[in-house]
Amino acid sequence: MIAIVDYGMGNLFSIYNALLKVGGDPEIKRDPDFAGAAGIIIPGVGSFGRCMESLRRFQEALAERIAEGTPVLGICIGMQVMMDESEESPWARGFGWIPGRVVRLPEWVTVPQMGWNSLELKRDLELLDGISPGDMFYFVHSYHCIPYDKTAVVATTHYGVDMAAVVAEENIYGTQFHPEKSGPKGLRILENFVRMVRC
Amino acid sequence: MLARRIIPCLDCDLGVPDGRVVKGIEFKQIRYAGVPWELATRYYEDGADEIVFLDITASHERRATMFDVIKKTSEHVFVPLTVGGGISSLEDARNAFNAGADKVTVNTGALRRPELIREISESYGSQAVVVAIDAKRRYHDLDGRITVNTESGRCWFECSYYGGRRFTGVDALAWARRVEELGAGEILLTSMDRDGTYDGFDIELTDAVSRMVGIPVIASGGCASPEHMYEVFRRTDASAALAASIFHFNQWSIRDCKRYLHDRGINVRITDWAQSISL
Repeated sequence: MIAIVDYGMGNLFSIYNALLKVGGDPEIKRDPDFAGAAGIIIPGVGSFGRCMESLRRFQEALAERIAEGTPVLGICIGMQVMMDESEESPWARGFGWIPGRVVRLPEWVTVPQMGWNSLELKRDLELLDGISPGDMFYFVHSYHCIPYDKTAVVATTHYGVDMAAVVAEENIYGTQFHPEKSGPKGLRILENFVRMVRC
Repeated sequence: MLARRIIPCLDCDLGVPDGRVVKGIEFKQIRYAGVPWELATRYYEDGADEIVFLDITASHERRATMFDVIKKTSEHVFVPLTVGGGISSLEDARNAFNAGADKVTVNTGALRRPELIREISESYGSQAVVVAIDAKRRYHDLDGRITVNTESGRCWFECSYYGGRRFTGVDALAWARRVEELGAGEILLTSMDRDGTYDGFDIELTDAVSRMVGIPVIASGGCASPEHMYEVFRRTDASAALAASIFHFNQWSIRDCKRYLHDRGINVRITDWAQSISL
């Protein structure tokens, strides 16, 4: 079973339906109980600060599962909260699972970035199996992640500057784009995740 | 670099279960193109970057049908879904988002009460609010208007609402700037002069609005071929081209349109299903 963390900030149909489509067995979790979850998805809705406020009660349970090796995938804001802090909400602390900070998109581009942008792949990762350089994914965001350890950046995209599009550190994964809204290529990533958690 | 988007638009009559997609000029000679969720799925598989559903009935009792349509579609379609037609309150928008919409379009509701744009934007983010502007050329009463020099003379553009049946006196270019300030994330710009004519997009209107605002502009009205899409992308900064009937009746597939644009150097997303997924 793949747990989708529901922290009450929007509908989770898209990610739920996408996981079903690729053969996963998603369950929406309103409480920090991840018993039986082979993988966990943190969807992305809202601002960094509000997200962290709502996610705080899941922190301990998530940290335990991460320590046990359960793969966790954060999407959009769900990836940003894995860093230490964000310019969007300077008062809020992130999970800090991947050391880094979140900064606003450069001032010379239209914010938010909204639309299909292509990836540049930095290294191999099972999550990106079947994804080729230049494949396009659907982005909607105003801030982007800067992990302090550059090897955590698996793929970048260019929007004003090169920025992290996919991050990974051991069993922790994040995508700045929305795989559940990125057509067949996005589904491929979710399919990879489903396969990875079954191994 | 962001790709230019191709967006099929489904005008939905929700008077029957599951709804039906219609296309007709001024509600005459209406043709039925199919069931909304089935057409949406076909377009998705064909490479649509986003899908817009417009409820042309927009009555309260039929709104439930639209939400069923979106729910059903979101089981099969994994690109952003936009819903419009009769959204006049934050509550209407919330219902659409809860049904699975990623964005809503507002037109009449926003012209009648501009704060609606800010309300939805503050609750769901600017990326979730698309303001539809239906603009018609006016060659008289130019005083105090933002005017454009066109091939057929100097004109301004007037906003219409209630599905193009009424005019507002509102200057479309000034309104475009205002909606951006209010928090709109995109503008869906339809030329009332070109809509239904198959003569191509109104390049001068699209260019004028694209220059006026910093948010993405979706060009709409008059598209009958990939050449029309190429023209609007080559000559303006429009971030997307919207079309309806050329896809509905199999004149052009989205895949063929994108291939045509790609071959001419326009950055579009090309999807090859065969190699991308092992479903």
